[in-house]
Amino acid sequence: MSALLIAEQVLNGLQFGVMLFLMAAGLTLIFGVMGLINLAHGSLYMIGAFAAAAVAGATGSFLLALLAALVAAALAGALVELAIIRRLYNKDHLDQVLATFALILIFSEGTRWLFGSFPLYLDTPDWLSGPVRLPGGVLYPAYRLALIVFGFAVAAGLWLLITRTRLGIKIRAGENDREMIAALGVDITRLYTLVFALGAGLAGLAGALVGAIQSVQVGMGEPVLILAFVVIVIGGIGSIGGALVAALLVGLTDTLGGIFLPEAFKLFMDPAKATTVGSAFASMAIYILMAAVLVWRPTGLFGARG
Amino acid sequence: MNREALFNTAVLALLVAVPTWALWADEPFTITLATRAVIFALAAVGLNIALGLGGLVSLGHAVYFGIGGYAMGILAHHAQSYTPLMEWPFLFEGTKSMPVIWLAAVLASALAALLIGLLSLRTAGVYFIMITLAFGQMAYFFTISWPAYGGEDGLSIYVRNGFPGLNTLVPIQFYGICLALLCVVLWLNWRLAKSPFGLALGAARQVPQRVETVGLDPMRLKLVALVISGAITGLAGALFADLNRFVSPTMFSWQMSGEIMIFIILGGVGRLFGPVAGAALYVLLEHLLGGINEHWQIFLGAALLFVVLFGRGGLVGLVAGREQAHD
Amino acid sequence: MTEPVLAARGLTKSFGALRACDEVSVDLRPGEIHAIIGPNGAGKSTLIAQICGALAPDSGTVHFLGRDVTRETTRTRARMGLGRTFQISALAMQDTVLQNVLLGALGRAGRPWQFLRPVLRDSTLRDRAEAALARTGLTEMAATRTADLSHGQRRQLEVAVALTLEPRAFVMDEPMAGLGAEGSKRLTGFLDELRAEAPILLVEHDMDAVFALADRISVLVYGRVIATGTVEEIRGDREVQIAYLGETP
Repeated sequence: MSALLIAEQVLNGLQFGVMLFLMAAGLTLIFGVMGLINLAHGSLYMIGAFAAAAVAGATGSFLLALLAALVAAALAGALVELAIIRRLYNKDHLDQVLATFALILIFSEGTRWLFGSFPLYLDTPDWLSGPVRLPGGVLYPAYRLALIVFGFAVAAGLWLLITRTRLGIKIRAGENDREMIAALGVDITRLYTLVFALGAGLAGLAGALVGAIQSVQVGMGEPVLILAFVVIVIGGIGSIGGALVAALLVGLTDTLGGIFLPEAFKLFMDPAKATTVGSAFASMAIYILMAAVLVWRPTGLFGARG
Repeated sequence: MNREALFNTAVLALLVAVPTWALWADEPFTITLATRAVIFALAAVGLNIALGLGGLVSLGHAVYFGIGGYAMGILAHHAQSYTPLMEWPFLFEGTKSMPVIWLAAVLASALAALLIGLLSLRTAGVYFIMITLAFGQMAYFFTISWPAYGGEDGLSIYVRNGFPGLNTLVPIQFYGICLALLCVVLWLNWRLAKSPFGLALGAARQVPQRVETVGLDPMRLKLVALVISGAITGLAGALFADLNRFVSPTMFSWQMSGEIMIFIILGGVGRLFGPVAGAALYVLLEHLLGGINEHWQIFLGAALLFVVLFGRGGLVGLVAGREQAHD
Repeated sequence: MTEPVLAARGLTKSFGALRACDEVSVDLRPGEIHAIIGPNGAGKSTLIAQICGALAPDSGTVHFLGRDVTRETTRTRARMGLGRTFQISALAMQDTVLQNVLLGALGRAGRPWQFLRPVLRDSTLRDRAEAALARTGLTEMAATRTADLSHGQRRQLEVAVALTLEPRAFVMDEPMAGLGAEGSKRLTGFLDELRAEAPILLVEHDMDAVFALADRISVLVYGRVIATGTVEEIRGDREVQIAYLGETP
C-alpha cells in the first residue's frame, strides 16, 4: 500500500472527523448546559442540507447556500426550543428521547412532503472544484481540504467563544451550576434558546457542507447523529475538547479501518474472504473503539460525570 | 376487578375476537395485521421488562429483534438450500421447526444482551441510551456488510416454518401460535413483577444505593433483566421473520428500536398490558392513517409528542388512571 | 477493653483542595451508642460514606468485625452485617411500605434470584419484614405507598429496613432529622433498647437525643475529631464549647 494512499485516507478521516465534530459540539453543549438528550439533532442537519440545496438551486451561490443552511437550522432550532424542547428540560431522559424521536418523525415526513423522496444534489462551488497538490505529491480534492480547514476554524472559534466571551462564561456557568447562573441574573431561558440555536446552526452547517459531497435526502441526519453520539460517549459528555479529539479519532478509525482491516486479514486468509471479513469488521470498528474506551473509562476520555 | 384488570381483559378479548371475526368474514389481511400487532406487542413486552421494571432506557432493542429474525433466517436458509450450517463437531443442517428456531433465537439474543449489558451497564443515564443505540447501529452495519446471509438484501425463506400438529401456512393458526406465546410471556412478566427478583429490580430502578446497602448488586439485577428482556424481544424477532418469510438488516435499524419503545409509551410504561395496547394502537394507526395519507408518521409524531408532554400514562393510564400500589 | 465492632483509623478524604476528612479515627464497641456531632460541613456525611463503602478514602482503614474492609464494597459490608440508614430517606417511593422492608429481608437472605414465585408467599421473608414493621410501629401502614407516608414515617421506615438486615452494627445518619419532639422521643426510646442488639454509630444534630443516648461522643469540626469522650467529658471540654457548642446553644 502506498504512502500516498495512506496520506489521502488520513485526510479523508480528518475531513469526516471535523464534520462529526460540528454535530457533536452542538449535542454535547446542549446536553452539558440543559441536560437534554436531543435525538432531533440529525433533523437539524437535514434541514441545513435541504435549505442549502434549495437556495443553491435558486441563486447558484454556494456561500449564500451555506448562510441559508446556518440560518434555517438555527431558526428551526430556536422555534422548536421555544415550542417544545423547553418543556423537556425537567423531564426524565425517557421523555426526552421519545419527544425528540417524535420530532424526527415530524421533521422527516414533513421534509418528504415538501421536497419528495428523491435526493437533491448540492454542487461544490467552482472555485473549490478539482484537486490541489499537497506537499509530498498528494493530490487531494480542494473542497474536502477546505472542509478540514473550515472545521478546525469552527473548532477554534467555538473555543474562543467559550473561553473568551461573556456568552461563553454564561455557558460554562450553566454547565457547572444552574443555581449560580440564576443568581448571577442571567436570563436562563434566553440562554437556553441561544445555546440550542447555536448547536442547531452548527448541525445545519455540517449538513450543507457534507451535502455537497453526498446527496441531500430525508433520513441523512440520523446515521450522523448516532456517530455523533459515539463521539460524545468517547469524548465525555459536556466536553467540547473531548468532542474534538473523539471526533477525529472516530473519523480516522472509520476511514483507516476500512482500508487496513481487509489488508490485515489478508495476512492470514485468502484475499477474497479477507476483504469481506475485513470490511464487515471495519464497519464495526468505531463501535469496538467505543466499547474499548468504555471499559477503560466509563465516562469517556474527558468526561467527569455519568 | 379494578379498571386496569378490566382494561386488560378487554384487550385480550379483542385479540381473540377480531381475528375470529376476520376468519368468519374471510378477511385474511386483518388476521395478518393482528399477527403483526401481537408480534410487536411481544417485542415490546420484552423491552418493558428492562424499561418499565428495570428503568433501563435501551434504545437498541432492535439488536435482539434482529438477532431473533436472523436466527430464523439462517437456520431456515440452510435447511431450504440443503447446505449444512456446520459439519463439525456434529452435522447440523439447519431446521424448519419453529420450536428449535425459537430456542436458538432466545439463546442468541440472550447472549447478545449479556455482552451488551456487561459493557453498557458500566454507565448510566444518558450514556446508557447512547451506547445501546450505538450497539444497535453496529449490528445493523455488520449485517449489511456481511455477505454470507444476503447482506443488504436480506434472506427470503420460501415456506413458513412448521410447528408440530399445526399448519402454520393457515394465517389463523400462525396467529394462534403468536397469541399463545404472547400470553405465556405476559404471564411470565406478571409473575416476575411480583417475585423477589422483580421487587429487587424495582428497587434497583428507584434507589440503587438502597439496594447496595441491603447487600444486593443493582447492576447484576439490571443485567439479568436485560438478558430476559432481550431474549423475549429475540423471540418476537423470530416470529416477525416467520410472518414475513423474510429477514433483512432493517430489523436492526434504529427506527425499529424507536418503534418498539413507542409501543410501550403509547400503551403505558411499566404497565403489564401497556405494550400490548400500544402495539395494537400503532398497527391500527399505521393501517388507518397510512391509508389516508402516505405521510402518516407526521400524525404519529404529533400523537407521540402529545402523550409525552401531556399524558404520560399512555392508553392504560387514560383508561385506568394512575398506577395503584399493588401488593 | 473489648475489641471494637467497627473501627475507622486515620480516614482522610479530600475533594480538590478541600479536606473533608482529616485523619479521622472513631470506633464502635459492643453495646454502645457512639454519637458523632459537629456543625454542618464538618465532614460527617463523608465519614459515614467511607465507613459504609460508598466512598473510598485517600488513606486510612476501616475494620469491621475484626476484618479490614477498606477495599470492600458497600454490598460486602452490608452482607457482613453493617446496617445503614440514610439522612435523606433512600426508599423505593413507588413501592409499598411492606415492599421496602421485604427488600431488606431479601438482602438479608441473599437470594433475589427467584423469578416466578410471588415474594409475598415466602413466609420467611414476610415474617422478617413484618416483624421489623411491628417494632417500628408501621404495621398499619404496610400496604401504603411509601410516597404517601409522612416525613416521620419515612424516617421510621428507614430504621425498619435496617432492622430486617439483623445487623451486627448500625450506622445511622441523622435518624431524628425533622421528626418533631414527640417522634424524637419515641425513636430515642427505641434506639436506647436497640443498642443491646447491636451497637449504633449515630450521626445526629438533635442534642437532647445525643446527650440522652450516647455512651460516647466524638466531635467533628472541619474534618477533624477534636474530642472524644463521655457526655460529661464533652460537655466540659473547652475546645468543644468554643468550636461547637458555644456557637449553637
